[in-house]
Amino acid sequence: MKIFAKTLGLLSCGLLAAGILPGPPLLAAESVDAGAVNAYAIDNMFLFIAAVLVLFMQAGFAMVESGLNSAKNTVNVLFKNMMDLSLGVILFYFIGYGLMYPGDAFTGGWFGFGDFGVSMDAPEAVGGNLHPAVDFLFQVAFAATAATIVSGAVAGRMKFQAYLIYSAVITALIYPISGFWKWGGGWLNELGFYDFAGSLVVHGLGGFAGLAAAIVLGPRIGRFNPDGSPNALPGHNLAMSTLGVFILLIGWFGFNPGSQLAIAGADNTSIVMIIATNTMLAAAAGAVFAMIFAWIFFKKPDLTMALNGLLGGLVGITANCDSVTFNEALIIGAVAGVLVVAGIKLLDMFKIDDPVGAWPVHGLNGVWGGIATGIFGGHPIVAQIIGSIAIPLWGFATMFALFLILKAAGILRVSRDDEMKGLDISEHEEEAYHGFQIFSNQ
Amino acid sequence: MKYIVAMIQPHKLTDVKAALAEAGIYKMTVTNVLGCGAQGGYTEVYRGVPNEINLLKKIKLEIGVNDEFEQNTINAIVKGAKTGEIGDGKIFVFDLPKCVRIRTEETGNEAIG
Repeated sequence: MKIFAKTLGLLSCGLLAAGILPGPPLLAAESVDAGAVNAYAIDNMFLFIAAVLVLFMQAGFAMVESGLNSAKNTVNVLFKNMMDLSLGVILFYFIGYGLMYPGDAFTGGWFGFGDFGVSMDAPEAVGGNLHPAVDFLFQVAFAATAATIVSGAVAGRMKFQAYLIYSAVITALIYPISGFWKWGGGWLNELGFYDFAGSLVVHGLGGFAGLAAAIVLGPRIGRFNPDGSPNALPGHNLAMSTLGVFILLIGWFGFNPGSQLAIAGADNTSIVMIIATNTMLAAAAGAVFAMIFAWIFFKKPDLTMALNGLLGGLVGITANCDSVTFNEALIIGAVAGVLVVAGIKLLDMFKIDDPVGAWPVHGLNGVWGGIATGIFGGHPIVAQIIGSIAIPLWGFATMFALFLILKAAGILRVSRDDEMKGLDISEHEEEAYHGFQIFSNQ
Repeated sequence: MKYIVAMIQPHKLTDVKAALAEAGIYKMTVTNVLGCGAQGGYTEVYRGVPNEINLLKKIKLEIGVNDEFEQNTINAIVKGAKTGEIGDGKIFVFDLPKCVRIRTEETGNEAIG
């Protein structure tokens, strides 16, 4: 008890120093309610930590994608991950945030625009009110997540400048517009469609944008034989990919629990903890069932399938992590794990080359998450189906058009020789493993 | 019997392997090597500073064949590796006095096939 009091004292000292609690000179203002101010501080800090965790997912994506691709493309994959975040933050700041959250300024269910940039005005200091700056930080991390999903699907063959153009378009326009449909209060929201943390708004959109890119680009050289049978083009560092998946798992505890947007107050605290456990359970079930399913079909347990399965479970639970029971989370994750493996084989059948499984993980399981929200979460199933079609369709159609334009302009894909040499040398004249003896082709 | 050693561009390995397979030659040893020749070097840029690379990455292919396969092998390597640019590589052919298959201790023409 004494220790507790001491900690509390230290905590309030820290808060005082940070100017969050009203210090002695301010105590005259009787109207300031210390409890409300604390709740305001706790909620904002909660969202800030969640935003940082979601940003950490960028590291996860960078590791997963570079590890699952050839050594000769590592600089290129890392650079694309670096730039879809950096370019995305700037464009989302100027345009995207205002498009996605127009507030009172919105003019219809499909499209609205608030203002350029982000407000600096602090809201009233009570629990649940978020400072616009921390809200922006959290939202931009989500936008960057949607954008970075595609870099894995296009690895090894897309020109760097084409990827920069794509990044700009998705974070400034495509993601904010469909995001507005749901989270900004647009037509999908009016319809009763439910997507708690973005199975569709974030992952479905990114996954289907990746599918569009993979189709327009065509497969990497040597990925399919003339008779249509697939060849393996193995990743060069599965240790890196595994690290990346663990980083993504940790980051997801910002993604899902953070989407409650508040933790102060008993109801918020409890639901955040339930969301976190649902997230963990679905991830575990996804990994286990992807392993089992792949083991049965391919005779050996395949690490990369289990890695993708864990991510699939996470995507599946994202829309409904606040609406389902723990047992239902296990079922959602298990189905997601099976879907990932099936999705990867499905792409092979259609001769679509998605080097990291971006579509099976984010696209297919984004849709599964949306449907599962109707089946288990108690949300109206018709609205869930409409939302689970509308957002992927929007992402796929707009991105398909964009990549066709880039292809017509001749700036979409590198030349055959450049692809065989690897994009590190041909696009950047820079190597990730300088001084190492690496087989660039086998 | 001949021992054929070829230096080729790394990005042509896939094509050379395909051409060799087409000619019925499936056995080879492949090594990553560094070397310099008429191609000279190239410049990488590392953190804004030009970095001269003089020893270039090449692939060394080693293939032991019976005499009647010598020309087919050479043709296949040329077909796969030729671009007409400086740096396409070279093929060296040696006489091979003896060959032993370890598993059966066969020697000569039977061993090499």
